[in-house]
Amino acid sequence: MSLSERVSRLRQNSLDAKPSVSSERAELVTEFYEKQTGALSAPTLRALAFKHLMENKAICILDGELIVGERGPAPKATPTYPEVCCHSLEDLETLDTREKVSFAVDEGTRSVFRDRLIPFWEGRSLRGLIFERMTDAWRDAYEAGVFTEFMEQRAPGHTVLDDKIYKKGFLELKADIKASLAGLDWLNDTDAYAKQEELQAMAVCCDALITFAERHAAKARELAAQEGDPQRKAELERIGDVCDRVPANAPRDFWEALQYYWFVHLGVVTELNTWDAFNPGHLDRHLYPFYRAGLDEGTLTEEQTRELLQCFWIKFNNQPAPPKVGITAEESATYTDFAQINTGGVMEDGSDGVNELTYMILDVVEEMRLLQPSSSVQLSKKNPDRFLKRAAKIIRTGFGQPSIFNADVIVQELVRQGKSVEDARNGGSSGCVEVGAFGKENYNLTGYFNMPKVLEITLNNGIDPRTGKKIGVETGDPSRLGSFEALIEAFRRQLNHFIDIKHRGNNVIERLWATYIPTPFLSVLIDDCIANGRDYHEGGARYNTSYIQGVGLGTLTDCATAIKYHIFDEKTFAMNELLEALRADYEGFERLRLLLVNRTPKYGNDDDYADSVMRGLFEAYFDAVDGRSNTKGGKYHINLLPTTCHIYFGSVVGATPDGRRAWQPLSEGISPVQGADRHGPTAVMRSVAKMDHARTGGTLLNQKLTPGLMDGEQGLDKFVHLVRSFFKLDGHHVQFNVVDADTLRAAQENPEGYRDLIVRVAGYSDYFCDLGKALQDEIIARTEHQSY
Amino acid sequence: MSVGTIFDIKKFAIHDGPGVRTTVFFKGCPLGCWLCHNPESQSFEPELMVRDGRCNRCGDCIEACAQGAVSLNEKTVHIDRNRCDLCGACADVCLAEAIEVAGREMTVAEVMHEIEKDVVYYDESGGGVTFSGGEPLSQAEFLLELLRSCKRCGIRTALDTCAHADSGVFRKVAVYVDLFLFDLKIMDDQRHREFTGVGVDPIHQNLRWLVERGAAVIVRFPLLPGINDDEENIRAMGGFLAALDNRPPVDILPYHGAGVAKYDRLGREARMREMPPPSAEAIEAVARRLAGFGLHVSIRGERL
Repeated sequence: MSLSERVSRLRQNSLDAKPSVSSERAELVTEFYEKQTGALSAPTLRALAFKHLMENKAICILDGELIVGERGPAPKATPTYPEVCCHSLEDLETLDTREKVSFAVDEGTRSVFRDRLIPFWEGRSLRGLIFERMTDAWRDAYEAGVFTEFMEQRAPGHTVLDDKIYKKGFLELKADIKASLAGLDWLNDTDAYAKQEELQAMAVCCDALITFAERHAAKARELAAQEGDPQRKAELERIGDVCDRVPANAPRDFWEALQYYWFVHLGVVTELNTWDAFNPGHLDRHLYPFYRAGLDEGTLTEEQTRELLQCFWIKFNNQPAPPKVGITAEESATYTDFAQINTGGVMEDGSDGVNELTYMILDVVEEMRLLQPSSSVQLSKKNPDRFLKRAAKIIRTGFGQPSIFNADVIVQELVRQGKSVEDARNGGSSGCVEVGAFGKENYNLTGYFNMPKVLEITLNNGIDPRTGKKIGVETGDPSRLGSFEALIEAFRRQLNHFIDIKHRGNNVIERLWATYIPTPFLSVLIDDCIANGRDYHEGGARYNTSYIQGVGLGTLTDCATAIKYHIFDEKTFAMNELLEALRADYEGFERLRLLLVNRTPKYGNDDDYADSVMRGLFEAYFDAVDGRSNTKGGKYHINLLPTTCHIYFGSVVGATPDGRRAWQPLSEGISPVQGADRHGPTAVMRSVAKMDHARTGGTLLNQKLTPGLMDGEQGLDKFVHLVRSFFKLDGHHVQFNVVDADTLRAAQENPEGYRDLIVRVAGYSDYFCDLGKALQDEIIARTEHQSY
Repeated sequence: MSVGTIFDIKKFAIHDGPGVRTTVFFKGCPLGCWLCHNPESQSFEPELMVRDGRCNRCGDCIEACAQGAVSLNEKTVHIDRNRCDLCGACADVCLAEAIEVAGREMTVAEVMHEIEKDVVYYDESGGGVTFSGGEPLSQAEFLLELLRSCKRCGIRTALDTCAHADSGVFRKVAVYVDLFLFDLKIMDDQRHREFTGVGVDPIHQNLRWLVERGAAVIVRFPLLPGINDDEENIRAMGGFLAALDNRPPVDILPYHGAGVAKYDRLGREARMREMPPPSAEAIEAVARRLAGFGLHVSIRGERL
């Protein structure tokens, strides 16, 4: 299907737009804060700041657009949030010049920062306060790279919308707020005043979003008046009508529904820089009633539906994740803001959630082929194979989307955490792989946790060998640990020590956000903040979950397995010899290193020896984190995903007992160590399914495939069987990384890291690294030709 | 319990029958096709395979070899195969995995342990296990035990065979096989002898018996340019298959050069080194010709 001229042009504009730093938001916020001298409660202050933004930020309606509104003054003109983190001039220079994920910073922007923003926010940004309030132990662990901190320059975010906006306008939400205010118990509820402040702030935000939409309506009419082309003129008039209608009122048709969501989205990402942008969640099921009614009434055609969705897609792509600096930039080195649109899954009553619009959305994903929004299929055993096959056809074109989730296990995960089964079914995945009860949960990722680093510190009796500094607890001289069990016990103690430090830090940081930067607009959107009269950051949501995301389970497992196998079981060598080799980064110990790489059981091969070690480590991490309390009345759970943090974490970990050389990347997600799995995808999936996914809040498995393996109907069928089998084993997620020719070239250069790479040769498949050079060359050429 | 010689067990085998399968490769074959794409499958004995690219020239293998058969040049290891007694000591010490032994003895229980790991995939996909080779029928007792074990576990079985086996053995085994992937190369006896070293005698009888008995058979026709792609052979094959009571489908497997590197690793001459694979047009023409006999024809498993 070819794109309409309009969509092609808007898409191309979006692709061509270069990300830049816009000072608009920062200037407006500064202007607002400069004027504040009176005693305002934090929610009121934040609501008035939001109102100031929505009343004054530039209105952007681009030529040909059907869905309107930008977060910045133009596509990819990206705002900053100085109340959270005010970039220094050096930061701006870094953003402008760094090789990856750069943002252009023009001279005007620099001078505004220099002359106005930096002087004002010095000592006022929350980031400075956060670091100041942390303990020395926290700072030591943070600097050593034991964990990262999600909330240091980004607002606690990571939540997804349910269907409420398709049923209620903001005027009705305001009425709910009014009712909650009227119901305050001033005699018995000691928080009544705080609730009044919060609820009034929410009401101010509702009005602010309506004003923002009205400004778009006015702008659209102004453009219509000047428009010569009658067709565009009619479109602009229609945009004016849509923006008058929503978000004040519930949407009546497909167009209004999309535009409504988009205003809400802009509200959330303008109020704060939440990580993992807000997103509409189950778009297919939310929009289906509008689609069906439009077709039935004859007011909507398939082509119009498709074009509106395409225009909607482009809006997401115009909004890169706000610029990140420091360790945050390393752990999440990407423009993507992780708005993950879900399709499929099961409905609230447990029935099959796939509908005709699901397929159209997948068409749009394929046709648009944009970085953002990201997309996922929520695959239930109740969904038809046709749904998964449709997704597979997109996956084999090789742009990493959509990812595939096990909808039935997600329901199990959410129910285990205490959600009602209905809320669980209305939930899904977001961000990378994280589960949530959409519209009802604050599920807060608090930071990545470097599991192999903790083992390294354990093997050094509490000392970080990179710096020589003692940051852990003394768990004993590793050469005197008499058994593998004793080593694991020492690791568990070390793990608990660092999780305690992280937990304590989180408790402080959560309170800093709740105290200084509440989020009344987001609070309008997430149940039960209105009913509770409490802010999202204050525990107002129905469910409040905190996560610490474990990174490097594959590396950790292979390290522990190597120690168990060679030191305690086979007694191939002694602990001291291993430690000496690690200190030398295997210089002069190549035989030992090869023994560790090639003659040691490895996770990812369906080998119970290594996989049982993995299970023990999974349980150790689970025990250390799960069930702790956060400050919002909720609990901690674990998930296992890295974004790009396995690269950063690897850069602070020296040589490891799995034969990995110093400073190299760790394994990612729950995937095996790169190149360690040598028995194909069924073995990988069996290995990773030996952990209990249902007791996590998300795990990430990356599986490399070459496009040839999915050739033809047969290839698609076998792909479907592979995924269905993995999900029968209760796997949470898998994404297929269809490799390109460059990856194959890299594998030719460095076979050790790519021993897992399977390619279709000719009627059969084989490990790429096992093929002769000539054949490798031919497959590279073929892959180059096949890729999109 | 009997023991067999296996040279590979491949998981997620998706080109050896329906669904997701595990393919077990038996070592040793009664045929001696000079362009076999798995040359390590031919000999019944274990063999050394050397991967030049992996050798780090540590020299451990030289120490380990009691026969003085191993030496190093400036790039890689070299094995004097006349001196080598196939003890495998060099491979044992080769941590870089440059020297590997193709073929190891495995018990039925060991093989079944590997097969049973992927039952969930077989169940989901209608897949199972495929016994391939080499020629599995050449290790008939071992094969029979494996087949019986699979049946006991409810695992569907396929046999990839050239069917050069005693018909008594063949019939005994056939009871436990759900699908035959039946290799058919050359119809003329003399030419078959020249190319494979054996006649067509038991092969054609076994095929006829199998098909007429109503067994599920897919004929696999390896298309080898200049060897069996001539009109005479195609006509003979089409005629033979069309005359059977239940015409089996034919899957054409066009020659590819993937085996060349393996000859190098075995220190054997690769006579097919310069041989080009057949063109898409040529493959299609053969497929159409066979289809003209009223046969269902596919190319690499994809229906025409």
